[in-house]
Amino acid sequence: MSTVQTIVAFCYLVAAAGFVLGLHLMNSPATARRGNQLSASGMALAVAATFVLVVDEGTITATGWAVLGAGALIGAAVGFRAAVSVKMTAVPQLVSLFNAVGGGAAALIAIADFVRITSDVHGVMGSRTIVATVLDVVIGAVTFSGSLVAAGKLQGWITGKPVVLPGARVLNAALAAVAVACGVYLISGSDSIAVFTILIVVALVLGVTMVLPIGGADMPVVISLLNALTGTAVAMAGFVIDNTALIIAGALVGASGGILTKLMADAMNRSIGSIVMGGFGTGDAGPIGAVGPGGDIHRLSAADAAIQLVYATKVIIVPGYGLAAAQAQHTVSRLAALLEDQGVEVSFAIHPVAGRMPGHMNVLLAEADVPYDALREMDAINPEFERTDVALVVGANDVINPAARRPGNAISGMPILDVDHAKNIIVIKRSMGHGYAGIDNELFVNPKTGMLFADAKAGLEQIIAEANALVATR
Amino acid sequence: MSAGLIADISIFVLSILVGFEVISKVPATLHTPLMSAANSIHGIVLIGVMITAAAAHSTVGYVLAFIAAAFAAMNVVGGYRVTGRMLSMFHKRATPAESDAAGKARQP
Repeated sequence: MSTVQTIVAFCYLVAAAGFVLGLHLMNSPATARRGNQLSASGMALAVAATFVLVVDEGTITATGWAVLGAGALIGAAVGFRAAVSVKMTAVPQLVSLFNAVGGGAAALIAIADFVRITSDVHGVMGSRTIVATVLDVVIGAVTFSGSLVAAGKLQGWITGKPVVLPGARVLNAALAAVAVACGVYLISGSDSIAVFTILIVVALVLGVTMVLPIGGADMPVVISLLNALTGTAVAMAGFVIDNTALIIAGALVGASGGILTKLMADAMNRSIGSIVMGGFGTGDAGPIGAVGPGGDIHRLSAADAAIQLVYATKVIIVPGYGLAAAQAQHTVSRLAALLEDQGVEVSFAIHPVAGRMPGHMNVLLAEADVPYDALREMDAINPEFERTDVALVVGANDVINPAARRPGNAISGMPILDVDHAKNIIVIKRSMGHGYAGIDNELFVNPKTGMLFADAKAGLEQIIAEANALVATR
Repeated sequence: MSAGLIADISIFVLSILVGFEVISKVPATLHTPLMSAANSIHGIVLIGVMITAAAAHSTVGYVLAFIAAAFAAMNVVGGYRVTGRMLSMFHKRATPAESDAAGKARQP
């Protein structure tokens, strides 16, 4: 090892430590920014060290510098622009897009490596390299096309409904079998560029056919899973070019995505296995038992809702995706501030799958100036509903349905927010329509529940207006 | 199996375990920035692209290096920028007396 190589290896170690400590600092909102800066510094060091390494080795051609520089500049400009201009509601599709290009870049490293070695008459692909190459190409290509489809769905360019092609499962199984066959053929020592090309194409198609049948409600699981796959692809790229920085960073991301996938699957009451095998989000809803809403719906006016809220001691607001869809996060924040001015204790109860990616609702509310100590996780806030005067539900449905506590229906066993334990419940909802699970919500016919039928934003605006009038006469 | 490969596999497995340990402590409130930060970290693929570009000597190699460089740079720059932007939005309650209110019920 030359001196430069040794120094570079130590720089990679420092960078890797920066990534680990950066992730560690994300365990609190107070230190998370410092964590991100630390992680970015580690990245800058790794890139600078690699620059020195490439210059020192001197094998790079002028054209190599040109394509590298031009590509990096264009990519950096596009990425920066997208990052500063993206709306917070659109963050899931941007994260998906970055995930796609990361996976794509990882696959391209293996492809470039394979093409270079096989086109060289003296080139010999080691057995070690070819295994990593095959894994990198398959995982990277699946992630690339799959994440693009996911981003398209989130952006609304591709329908958010599950697209189930006839014979989709057979097709996926066939594609997977072809990919395995190509992989085995290559690993057994045949450097065929044709077979390699088939492998790439099949993996790309597989990414599309795997994500296309997934419904919009399952996006948090899918994005997490694709994130884990990209991390794994990057680690495999590290094995291909024998680079520990890539292996460590890829493994960290793989672990992060894996944990989030598990958390999201648990929160939606699905096993990861059934999601991967069964086509996502098609729902395994059997016939619903006698869950039909037997009681009467109690309609509530905005004025009554305002009275309940202003005279309450403790209010918990339960935001769901309907709130984000109506762009009402700023409105709900204003209502919370107004109530706090009246001495009401206000918190937000956030279900793990509220929003389109893990933790999405927290970011939307943070952007709307809700302090993070008012954002409470499900397990922490559930015992507090009993002491709560009013639970205000805005655009949430399945995650508050008490039917989840009983066996025999589509959401049985799903962890829910115990909204029905509150003394009074106000639900702002456009209609009696069903949630993603497609079942009736018995919370809506609970005698304690008042229904305010309105768009989330309009309903909140009405309540704010009434509350302001009430406060003025108080 | 070479000693180098075994060392790499050890690093891979231990890094996954470190990742599990560190990331399972991140609160749900920060899961979106966490995923975005993890996304930025896999932008490390940029250094792999640099090494690949250094080895490229054919037209196909240059084209692949160009696309990979654009992808990786977009990933790393955009990822860190958007993560920082999200995290800058998280702030505590304004009144210092309530600053430690998280997780505790406040006085009525």
